[in-house]
Amino acid sequence: MSGFYTSVRLDESLCKGCINCIKRCPTEAIRVRNGKARITKEFCIDCGECIRMCKHHAKYSTYDTLQSREKYDYTVALPAPSLYGQVNNIDDVNLVLHALIKMGFNDVFEVGCAAEYVSRLTREYLESHKEKWPLISTACPSVTRLIRVRFPNLIEHLLPIKAPVDLAAEIARKEAMKKTGLPSKKIGIFFLSPCPAKVTAAKNPLGYESTDVDEVLAMKDIYPELIRNMKEAAKEPFLEDLTTAGKIGIGWGSSGGEAGGLLTDSYLAADGIENVIRVLEDMEDQKFRNLAFIELNACNGGCVGGVLTVENPYVAKVKLASLRKYLPVARNHSVSYDLNPYWTKKVKYEPVFTLGSSLEESLNRMAKVEELMKKFPGLDCGCCGAPTCLALAEDIARGIAEEKDCIHILRAYVDQLSNQMESEKEKGENNDSQ
Amino acid sequence: MNEKIHLSYVIPGDDFTRAGEASGEVKKKLKQMGVPPEAIRKVAISMYEGEINMVIHANGGMIDVDISTSDITIVLEDHGPGIENVALAMQAGYSTAPDKVRALGFGAGMGLPNMKKYSDELIIDTKPGYGTKVTLVVKIG
Repeated sequence: MSGFYTSVRLDESLCKGCINCIKRCPTEAIRVRNGKARITKEFCIDCGECIRMCKHHAKYSTYDTLQSREKYDYTVALPAPSLYGQVNNIDDVNLVLHALIKMGFNDVFEVGCAAEYVSRLTREYLESHKEKWPLISTACPSVTRLIRVRFPNLIEHLLPIKAPVDLAAEIARKEAMKKTGLPSKKIGIFFLSPCPAKVTAAKNPLGYESTDVDEVLAMKDIYPELIRNMKEAAKEPFLEDLTTAGKIGIGWGSSGGEAGGLLTDSYLAADGIENVIRVLEDMEDQKFRNLAFIELNACNGGCVGGVLTVENPYVAKVKLASLRKYLPVARNHSVSYDLNPYWTKKVKYEPVFTLGSSLEESLNRMAKVEELMKKFPGLDCGCCGAPTCLALAEDIARGIAEEKDCIHILRAYVDQLSNQMESEKEKGENNDSQ
Repeated sequence: MNEKIHLSYVIPGDDFTRAGEASGEVKKKLKQMGVPPEAIRKVAISMYEGEINMVIHANGGMIDVDISTSDITIVLEDHGPGIENVALAMQAGYSTAPDKVRALGFGAGMGLPNMKKYSDELIIDTKPGYGTKVTLVVKIG
C-alpha cells in the first residue's frame, strides 16, 4: 500500500526482542516475531513512542543529512518554532537564524511566520464553517494519520489547511527563485524537524499531493553544529534582522500555541498520544457540543516534545514562553501570498484494523477472538510478541499467529504431553513386569 | 456460516470514571468488523447515552449487545426507578438528573432524544419502581 509510508524503522542488530515497544505503541503496530520487533506499517502513525522508549536504541527515524545540500545550488533552512526551545539563554531568534546561515545555508525562513498565516486562515475558516465545529487541527501528522485509520466519523472535522511547514516551504521556494533566478530544482528547501511524523509528512502528505520540502533534517542531528555556530554569531557586533514570526507563530512550538492563535476561548488543547486518543474517542461520542476548535499534539508538551529534539519538553516550553514575551503578537497579519493554502484532496478512511475482508468474515473472526479470549490467561504478559492477549487473539483470527504462541497455553500443552508420556511409560513398565 | 456476536457488560452504578467503557469497547469491535462509519456513529452515541443514563439514574445495570451482518441490537436493562412519563422524558431538554450530576456536565436532558435520533429502532419498556429496559437497534448498510 503506497499510502502508508513510515519513517520509523528497526535496526535488527540492536533489537533484543523485549516487550517494551510493543506495550507502548498506541496503535498496537509492533509485534515481536522471531526475536525482533517488527512494525506493521499500515498501523504505524509515526508518533515515535517506540523510539523514545527503546533502551537498546533499536528503533530509529529516517531523515536526511546536511551533506544532501550538495545536491542544490541554493539552500533555505526552515526552522520549526520548537527549535528555539532547544537552545539556552537566547532572547533573540536572530542568533539561531544567523547560526544556520553560518552553517552554510544560503537563507532561512521561519516556519513560525507561515504558522501565523495558518492561524489567520483558521480564524476565517472557523467563522465560515460553523457546521464543521469543532474543527480538529491538522498540524500534527501523527494525529491526522491516527484519525485516518481509526476515527472515520471525525475526518470531516479535519481542518483542511496545509501545515505551516509546507506553506513555509512554498513561500521560501518562491522567494528563493525570485531572488536567485535559479530554476526550482536547483533550490533545496530544508526543514529542521522535531519528529519522525513530519519526516513522513514531507514525503507523503495527507490532504494534498506533494510538498515543497526537499529534505528533512533532525533537530538532534544538527544540534551540536548549531550550538557552535550560535557562539560564533554571538560575537558579531550587529545581526541583521532575519525574523519573520511573532508571538503567535513561535507559540505553535508547544501545546496550546496553535489554539491560542485563534483568539477564542472555545477550544480544547490536548497533548500526549494517549490523551489525544481519549479526546478523539469522546469527540466521536459527541461529548463536545460547544467547542470551535480542538488542538491535538501526539507528543507530550507539543512539538517541543518530539522524539528528534534534545531538550526536556517542559523546559523547552518555558524557554519559548520567555522568548515570545516581548515579540509583537503577529508579524504577517496583512501579508497575502500567491499560493493555495487549502487541501486539494479528500482524506479517505483507511480501515486497516478490520479483522477480515468482508463484514461476514470479520464477524466470524470476531467470534473466534471471543472464543480465544476464554482460553487465554489475560495476563497481557507480551511473551507471545503481541502487546495483549486480545491482540494475540486478533492476530490468530487474522491467521498470522497461533494459539501455541501463548506460552501459558504452550506450557499446558507440554504438561499434558509429559503426563501422557509418563502414563504410557507406566503402562509399558506394568506390561513388562507381567 | 452466519455468525452472531453476543457481548455482555455489567455497568456499575455511580462510577463516572468507568461510564463509557462498554460503549468504547463495542465501538472498537465494530471498527474491527468493518461496520460502515455511519452505523458506528449511531452506536457510539446512542449506546454511550444509554450507558451514562444507567449510571446517573439507575445505579447501573446490564448491557447486552448482539451484532449480526445486518444489524446491531443493544439491550440496556436496569432495576432503577423507572421512567414516570416516557413522553416527557423523550422531550429534548427535559431532565430529572440531580444537581451533582449536572455539575459534571451531564443531565442536559438529551439522553433519550439522542438515543432516538441515533438509532433505527428504540423500544422503551419501563415500570416505575421496578426498572427500565431500553432496546436500541442500529441497521448496518
